[in-house]
Amino acid sequence: MKLLFKLAIKNLTGAGLRTWLNVIVLSFSFLIIIWHKGLLNGWDRQARNDMVNWETGTGQFWQSSYDPFDPFSLTDAHSKIPSVFDTLITKGEIAPVLITQGTIYPRGRIQSILIKGISSAQRVLKLPGELFLKSNDDLPVLIGSKMARDNGLKTGDVTTIRWRDVHGTFDANEMKVIGIFDTNVPSVDAGQIWVPLDRLQKMMGMPGEATILVCGNFDTNGRTPEGWKFKSSEELLKTVTDIIKMKSAGGIVLYIILMSLAMLAIFDTQVLSIFRRQKEIGTYIALGMTRSQVVGLFTLEGSLNSVLAALLAAVYGIPLLALQATKGMSFAGTAKSYGLVVADKIFPVYSLGLVATTIILIMLTTTIVSYLPSRRIAKMKPTEALRGKLQ
Amino acid sequence: MENSTLISIEALKKHFPTSGGRFTALNGIDLKIGKAEFTGVVGPSGSGKTTLLNIIGSLDSPSEGRAMVLGLSISDLNVKQAALLRRTRLGFIFQSYNLLPVYTVFENVELPLLLLKLNESQRRKMVMDSLEWLGLTDKVKSKPAQLSGGECQRVAIARAMVKRPEIVLADEPTANLDAANSHNILKTMVRLNSEFQTTFIFATHDDKVISYLKRKISLVDGKVEKDEITGN
Ligand SMILES: Nc1ncnc2c1ncn2[C@@H]1O[C@H](COP(=O)(O)OP(=O)(O)OP(=O)(O)O)[C@@H](O)[C@H]1O
Ligand SMILES: [Mg+2]
Repeated sequence: MKLLFKLAIKNLTGAGLRTWLNVIVLSFSFLIIIWHKGLLNGWDRQARNDMVNWETGTGQFWQSSYDPFDPFSLTDAHSKIPSVFDTLITKGEIAPVLITQGTIYPRGRIQSILIKGISSAQRVLKLPGELFLKSNDDLPVLIGSKMARDNGLKTGDVTTIRWRDVHGTFDANEMKVIGIFDTNVPSVDAGQIWVPLDRLQKMMGMPGEATILVCGNFDTNGRTPEGWKFKSSEELLKTVTDIIKMKSAGGIVLYIILMSLAMLAIFDTQVLSIFRRQKEIGTYIALGMTRSQVVGLFTLEGSLNSVLAALLAAVYGIPLLALQATKGMSFAGTAKSYGLVVADKIFPVYSLGLVATTIILIMLTTTIVSYLPSRRIAKMKPTEALRGKLQ
Repeated sequence: MENSTLISIEALKKHFPTSGGRFTALNGIDLKIGKAEFTGVVGPSGSGKTTLLNIIGSLDSPSEGRAMVLGLSISDLNVKQAALLRRTRLGFIFQSYNLLPVYTVFENVELPLLLLKLNESQRRKMVMDSLEWLGLTDKVKSKPAQLSGGECQRVAIARAMVKRPEIVLADEPTANLDAANSHNILKTMVRLNSEFQTTFIFATHDDKVISYLKRKISLVDGKVEKDEITGN
């Protein structure tokens, strides 16, 4: 095996230009696959972090009627906050959120929105609730930058807001935008406003009530109070991770195309070289190699393409990928407007596992593609190979 | 032929399948070749010289009859045993040299020793010895493309001789060489033959080669027509 290895390296590097073309094509495949996967990994990590920091926390208790996909459920989805959580809430480890529907009239347009009440004491989510403390306004409101952009709202703007309280009675007031926050998570931004929890409870006539309880970093111990259901962060992140998984699956098409190109080049080289090197094959056999050894030699030569490609990819790829990993890749808001959780810049994450599986997969495919044409050698008659007169 | 017999061929026939049935390239050959012989199989084109050499070299097998080479029956060897025989005890020289183009002279000559799994220092010594016999010590690092035809064939001889085989099979070794180079090479082979007692078997119709032979086996239509000891 060591001998075949030595010979294969010699033959391969001796073959010159053709080898290098194959190796370059293959090294591109390596890089693009690793880079693309790394980008998705980076996105996945960033999206999860953002979701946990801005929306899901480490898990949530939902009032049992709450269904985020059914706005009508909101009429019933409110209950007294269980008293067992009192201390955690005061410590800011649980953020109760009361959710209801309402209407605002920015610049004379009617805009149906969600009103979310959150306490200024919470430390679970990144929402800057502490801003409420600095405000003397009757109904201070925080909105996300997308919400602000979509409705032409600026800090200091005052707009009418209408809602129905617990009895179904319409009420209205003036709200004042006291702050605009920046988030990558559209589901805490688009079509909603954030108000102080106690203020919303008063507006709705629901003192001490909430719709969901967002948990911070503490052990819930599986205690789920009567009338509430627990949603783990994995469940809550599922939609995002599903989208990313879908994107990953879409990437496979790209990989297959790239690999097909590289493999076609190698296959072609193998077929050609077996045809052109018949005399050489005959010579190896005359010198005392068995045909299966020669098959091994040619297969090894082919699969070594992927080793050289990995080395080459490392030479020019590591600096490139490292640069991307530190500078990030800009997505200039395109994906965010589709409601995806995407940061302005994604920092690709390359794991050892990712690199290793990519290399192993490519080596395996290359070996198979090199082996297929080489099998022909096993059927060659040495005498005819020596004459170089096959076909 | 007073020496011990290395090759013994009895009633050997070789048929090749053709579109119209089969073609008999060797049609009942009986032959004994002994140690240290310098023998040539001669005859017109198509008479079966190469076919006979290929069978002796275990690259092909008899259709009928027996071919015993160094005590082994060629028909009974499996692929691995045949490869072992070639690897350890036979050397080949071809008309078109068959050097590996990406290898240097040294590496070409070293290859048979690599296949024998000899260690580095053994290999180096044997390769340098062999290159010295052939007067190639100044070409160690050259690639075949940088050598003349005569030099290439000398490298090929060095490669065949480096493992000190018992039999060297040379199929038209001079066909691509001019007269001066042919004589040069043949003289070298005569020298190696007497120095190492290596048996040389040629297939040729080149008069220059024939003039160096000690025994001439004439083949016509797959049969031995004449088998004579010549004056050399
Ligand atoms: N694989 C094969 N299939 C069919 N016929 C073959 C095959 N190999 C050789 N022959 C035929 O057998 C005969 C002898 O061939 P061989 O190559 O041994 O001749 P040769 O004496 O070496 O001729 P030359 O001097 O031209 O090299 C030729 O007629 C050739 O066509
Ligand atoms: Mg011939």
